[in-house]
Amino acid sequence: MFGYVIKRAFQMVLVLWAVSVLVFVMMSFTGDPTYMMVPLDATEEQIAQARRLLGLDHSHLTQYRLFLKNVLQGDFGRSFVFRQPANSLILERLPATLEIVFLAMAIALVVAIPLGVYAGANPKRAGSHAVMAGSLVGISLPGFWVGMVLIFVFAVKLQLFPSSGRGPTQEVFGIRVSFLTWEGLRHIILPAVTLSIGTLAILMRIIRAEMMEVMRQDFVRFARAKGVGQRGVLFRHGLKNALIPLVTVFGLMLGDLIAFATLTETIFAWPGIGKLLVDSIYRGDRPVIVVYLMFVALMFVVVNFAVDVLYALIDPRIKIR
Amino acid sequence: MTAHPMPPSPLLQVRDLRTWFDTFGGVVKAVDGASFDVGRGEIVGLVGESGGGKSMVGYSIMRLIDPPGRIAGGRILFDGTDLCGLDERALRKIRGREIAMIFQDPMTALNPLYTIGDQLDEMLRLHTGLSARERRLRCIEMLHEVGIPQPEARLGNYPHQFSGGMRQRVVIAIAMIAGPRLLIADEPTTALDVTIQAQLLRLMKHAVEKRGASLILITHDLAAVSQMADRIVVLYCGRIVERGRARDVIERPRHPYTRGLLDSIPHQGLKRRRLSQIPGTVPDIRKLPPGCAFAPRCPMAAPVCRESAPNLVGGPSGHAVACHFPLEAKAA
Ligand SMILES: Nc1ncnc2c1ncn2[C@@H]1O[C@H](COP(=O)(O)OP(=O)(O)O)[C@@H](O)[C@H]1O
Ligand code: SF4
Ligand SMILES: [Mg+2]
Repeated sequence: MFGYVIKRAFQMVLVLWAVSVLVFVMMSFTGDPTYMMVPLDATEEQIAQARRLLGLDHSHLTQYRLFLKNVLQGDFGRSFVFRQPANSLILERLPATLEIVFLAMAIALVVAIPLGVYAGANPKRAGSHAVMAGSLVGISLPGFWVGMVLIFVFAVKLQLFPSSGRGPTQEVFGIRVSFLTWEGLRHIILPAVTLSIGTLAILMRIIRAEMMEVMRQDFVRFARAKGVGQRGVLFRHGLKNALIPLVTVFGLMLGDLIAFATLTETIFAWPGIGKLLVDSIYRGDRPVIVVYLMFVALMFVVVNFAVDVLYALIDPRIKIR
Repeated sequence: MTAHPMPPSPLLQVRDLRTWFDTFGGVVKAVDGASFDVGRGEIVGLVGESGGGKSMVGYSIMRLIDPPGRIAGGRILFDGTDLCGLDERALRKIRGREIAMIFQDPMTALNPLYTIGDQLDEMLRLHTGLSARERRLRCIEMLHEVGIPQPEARLGNYPHQFSGGMRQRVVIAIAMIAGPRLLIADEPTTALDVTIQAQLLRLMKHAVEKRGASLILITHDLAAVSQMADRIVVLYCGRIVERGRARDVIERPRHPYTRGLLDSIPHQGLKRRRLSQIPGTVPDIRKLPPGCAFAPRCPMAAPVCRESAPNLVGGPSGHAVACHFPLEAKAA
């Protein structure tokens, strides 16, 4: 276990370094952001000065070396636009994003598990076919379209939920969250549902397929022969086994959610890191983009680490090394 | 043999059981009119080639036939109660507690994600009101009985930490722990090493005898059954072709099929072989020939065999045979 953690930590550093190089190279090819900073009528001199201030007058290699040196000291550079450290900018908005990502994942799991289990245990029933058809629709619908339809129906027509923004937040252990009040919940429902649709649909299909496979196993029949009730057979014996393959894709799904959050946050004007990224791309705010990408890479590594541990916890045949 | 005093009623009476599968290719009559008894404390061997419907008889008794299968007719009287008339709730109280069943492959019968202690305990949680401590003691005792060394330490192990033979011992322990009155063992040793087979059969016989329980031993291995069973039921294509006391059936088989099965048992010392002495193969159960299903393979088949199916006719001491030309009882 200890060796495993060391290995993972080393991997994490390696991944982050690789991402930093990749991001830096990509950034260097996307043009000079100075022109987006200065007024349209700026003189050559003013432009040169701005470039110096931004540190863009050095060679790429020097820029990267400086960047790396600063990063190792916890300094990820300052946003060109906000004039504040890019990492604190990200950290400030992270809770908002994590909140809709986790809520979306929770919604997806809570809906997909019972439906997937039902459909997998009764593959011939009409309900199972309905679940499959529904999931196909869910996979095919583009997220932004779902978001706009939800806004139109629930915000504009029925006026049940607000169409955008985050609403009031409370501080819990120093983190600002909005799901604790009714008003906050009203704001988060639509974006979270929008974000969850795709994941929900895929989860449902996976669980159904896995349940169909598991229900054919001898140990399920043995459980029934023991006198275990329907619910015990489905959930205690069936679902737990069906979850094993699911756990392996769980990390990827969480990554997908973070990626798709950019779109959802933009539609709903949700002040998370996704919206910050999109805004920063428009403004050529390089440091923020770099920190965002490194941050997402870090999250992927952490989530995959968690998935490995979860995997070993569920399946006794797996030893993490 | 005189009929009095009145013997106690059998523990299990299967009467005219029909287990059919509705498939696109037509109705598959996996079991078609099977009747037999299992007395209290008795070991009954259910034999026949693969595909003959043995497992389906077992599943039917457990009421574990899933669609497209169904019990199309007949009665299954367990201690006087017709299991076919019970709902799922009532059946859950029978399964495991009154009738237990174990299956062929010990590698897959246990849930890989729970310790064997947990899987044993599950049976006690379901069927007894014992406290956690009492249950734990029962589990240790039971594992000890089936010959698992260091049972206390093994409770916390997972199935993958046991060999095939050991797993089947665990399965037997699970099946017997709630004290069922009938154990149905469906080819319990087929997947195991020959040397372990005999051990496990003895173990099962012991566990059942100790509790005065009955055993239905399903197998295609007549040799194994001949040493253990009190009575034998021979199944061919979903129908019972011969039924009687084990000694009678083994020593004086009356059906050509039973004779074929017996002849294909290699003599002691020789390597076990498949049932190759009976010519031909088991026919497709959907396209059974009219008349006797065994006719295409029977050395004694006559025109009448292809026209009318023989009924199961009882002889003295309950030795019954379904054949137009039953073999002569050899002089004993
Ligand atoms: N799901 C099913 N659909 C159609 N036929 C089935 C199904 N399950 C079993 N059967 C039929 O039941 C017959 C008896 O099977 P089984 O009881 O397993 O035989 P045995 O245990 O003697 O080898 C088989 O020949 C098979 O055709
Ligand atoms: S009825 Fe005829 S075909 Fe069938 S087993 Fe007897 S002799 Fe053979
Ligand atoms: Mg079978």
